Amino acid sequence: MIENQNIQREEMSYDVVIIGAGPSGLATAIELKKLNPETSVCIIEKGSEVGAHILSGNVFETKALDELIPDWKEKNAPIKTKVSMEEFLFLNKKNGMNIPTWLLPKSLQNHGNYIISLANLCRWLGEQAEALEVEIFPGFAASEIIYNEDGSVAGIQTGDMGVDKEGQPKDTFEPGIILKGKVTVFAEGCRGHLGKQLIKKFELDKNSSPQQYGIGFKEIWEVDETQHQEGKVLHSVGWPLDPKTYGGSFCYHAENNQIYIGYVIGLDYQNPYLSPYDEFQQFKTHPKISKILKGGKRISYGARALIEGGLQSLPQMHMPGALLVGCDAGTLNMPKIKGSHTAMKSGIIAAETIQQHLYDKKELSVFDTIFKNSWLYQELYEARNVKPSFRWGLIPAMIFTAIDQLIFKGKLPFTLNHLHADHETLKLAKDSKKIDYPKYDGQLTFDKASSVYLTGTNHAENQIIHLQLKDPKLPISYTLEKFDEPSIRYCPAGVYDIQYNKEKDESEFIINSQNCIHCKTCDIKEPSQNINWVTPEGGGGPNYANM
Amino acid sequence: MKILVAVKRVIDYNVQIRVKPDNSGVEKDNVKMSMNPPDENAVEEAIKLKDSGEVTEVVIVSIGQEKCQDTIRTALAMGADRGILVKAGDDIEPLAVAKTLKNIVEKEKPNMVLLGKQAIDDYCNQTGQMLSAILNWPQGCFVSELGINDSAITISREIDEGLEQLEIQLPAVVTCDLRLNEPRFASLPNIMKAKKKPIEIIEIESLGVDTIPKVKYLKVEEPPVRQGGVMVADVKELIQKLKYEAKVI
Repeated sequence: MIENQNIQREEMSYDVVIIGAGPSGLATAIELKKLNPETSVCIIEKGSEVGAHILSGNVFETKALDELIPDWKEKNAPIKTKVSMEEFLFLNKKNGMNIPTWLLPKSLQNHGNYIISLANLCRWLGEQAEALEVEIFPGFAASEIIYNEDGSVAGIQTGDMGVDKEGQPKDTFEPGIILKGKVTVFAEGCRGHLGKQLIKKFELDKNSSPQQYGIGFKEIWEVDETQHQEGKVLHSVGWPLDPKTYGGSFCYHAENNQIYIGYVIGLDYQNPYLSPYDEFQQFKTHPKISKILKGGKRISYGARALIEGGLQSLPQMHMPGALLVGCDAGTLNMPKIKGSHTAMKSGIIAAETIQQHLYDKKELSVFDTIFKNSWLYQELYEARNVKPSFRWGLIPAMIFTAIDQLIFKGKLPFTLNHLHADHETLKLAKDSKKIDYPKYDGQLTFDKASSVYLTGTNHAENQIIHLQLKDPKLPISYTLEKFDEPSIRYCPAGVYDIQYNKEKDESEFIINSQNCIHCKTCDIKEPSQNINWVTPEGGGGPNYANM
Repeated sequence: MKILVAVKRVIDYNVQIRVKPDNSGVEKDNVKMSMNPPDENAVEEAIKLKDSGEVTEVVIVSIGQEKCQDTIRTALAMGADRGILVKAGDDIEPLAVAKTLKNIVEKEKPNMVLLGKQAIDDYCNQTGQMLSAILNWPQGCFVSELGINDSAITISREIDEGLEQLEIQLPAVVTCDLRLNEPRFASLPNIMKAKKKPIEIIEIESLGVDTIPKVKYLKVEEPPVRQGGVMVADVKELIQKLKYEAKVI
């Protein structure tokens, strides 16, 4: 790091500074401008453009957008494909059992929802925000939090540009600047690196269960039109995952003969030999799935960690000078497998809070009251017991979920808590079974290198490695020995590797940080929490198009 | 002294190009676009000359859709003074671009026009040379070093045999190589300031330039997938394969 005191930093002030141009950040900005056009609002976004780092299934519930921009249809929002057909499959190796839709909890029924690309929705929301004079700065990463003397949040500092890997300024050095807000809104998405610091500093999670995460994969395929049924939504559980591991698939038939196919796996999995990436690749070879994809062409790939903890794990979302919104806090509704409408609603609530704070001199803690009286709270409350029940295994959990959701509609008089953080759940390698994954065929299944190639990931060369090890020896001395270095398997982009150095006669831990697609899984799952994900130079990372 | 820099909005160099399913072209919807990289070098060089006091004004021109304003703003945020957008369709060919630029040159009367050596979308490598011809100005192409002394510039350019040093009388057309410099980052405050810098918008029709494409695209296809390599047991087998399978020796 460059010594801070030697640098003259410019400073800019806004009423509200928002970190991250995803659904929650953009909703906050738009609602703020609706409530009072005079409020000055800026958003900074680490992706090279709005949408470049957005990845989501996505079956979209319009509830929050209806509130935010009621005339979204007239304004030509990229929300076109209505869900027309729905299937839920329980897969075994060779076959799949159809679970009738009427037996599914209401939360899993998608009638009235739309199949969309969340990245494109964010691009559109960005245009709407800019039309309301919100200033959006893509390509700038918020690298540090700035505090006032009284300890409240004052704003953020953007990352320095043009620093070499030794931390020395290059010819193109451009110092980061300080952005100050009367209120700063952190909307970084799941496991935001600043949100993580705030939760710790202000002990926002002291009354909540450990947060639960998953890793989600998504590919876009162009398939033969005979296999394509626009508007069809297909979900599955079961094969290839073992019954102890939480997860499932999605397969959405979008516009233009495209299929959005993906897989989500709970990061509380126990076997260090499990490779989420390979589970997903293998899933595509199931006869029920491969018949859709055969002859088609994969055009996109990506992965991102997501929140699964729900209401029990939700930290307090306000602190002096700042708010956490969306999945930076964790508003995703897991049984519904949807987080976009909840993220947007949390942004709307944040905007109402800020409006009252700026103009009626209310404390930011008024957030809690508005939140508790909203449909968002109600929805998360009813959903709260589903995910924790999966620690009993797939079948008991599905039976419990049916009772909880169908009969009691989420109103059972108790709350199941999450017992462990995801980094605590791995068993030792010696007690675990190795998994033999099939070889990639280059037709349905692909290696990580060719997958990462499709993400358009780029980081400027010669910069500080943004995946920092708290203890550089630990991967070899501890993680490799105890867990056979699981990062090689859980990283969806092939960032981590172990190489044997002949000259030194020792193994070395390799970090190919330029491959990083900013999913944050390593920051979550590393057993001793040794990997710290920080922001690379702004504009780096994936360049997702229609994810 | 005044410099005119022409910039083109192209698909970003990090994006994996995808051919449209109907083979009519490449997919541009929702794809990240940015300034053609060698054009960035041209902008950087012009601003460097301005920083050093040799140049008083840097004007940016781009030809294309409304969205090209973003590309112009990027150049303005780097330090250029003002922009001109000539509104036109997406399929303008190099000759029409050169004729349009000639119009702008006659209007703006710059001492030098800087361009990227070629655009990374169609790789034509024609516009700079054509512009030089129709203006009847000297040209320096693929420039990797540039110096100004009074009414002339000295350039270093890459040729097959190595580097060629030339002195060129102004006014001149110069096309820039990636080696010329390392473009600066636009700082946030400068991006803010750039929003207030003027961009003049001209309809291409008003210039009387013939923009009808002279080239017809029949079909765009992806290159064939590369075959994987094979391991050979020994030199003998290698020579056999080179001789009878690859037929290269």
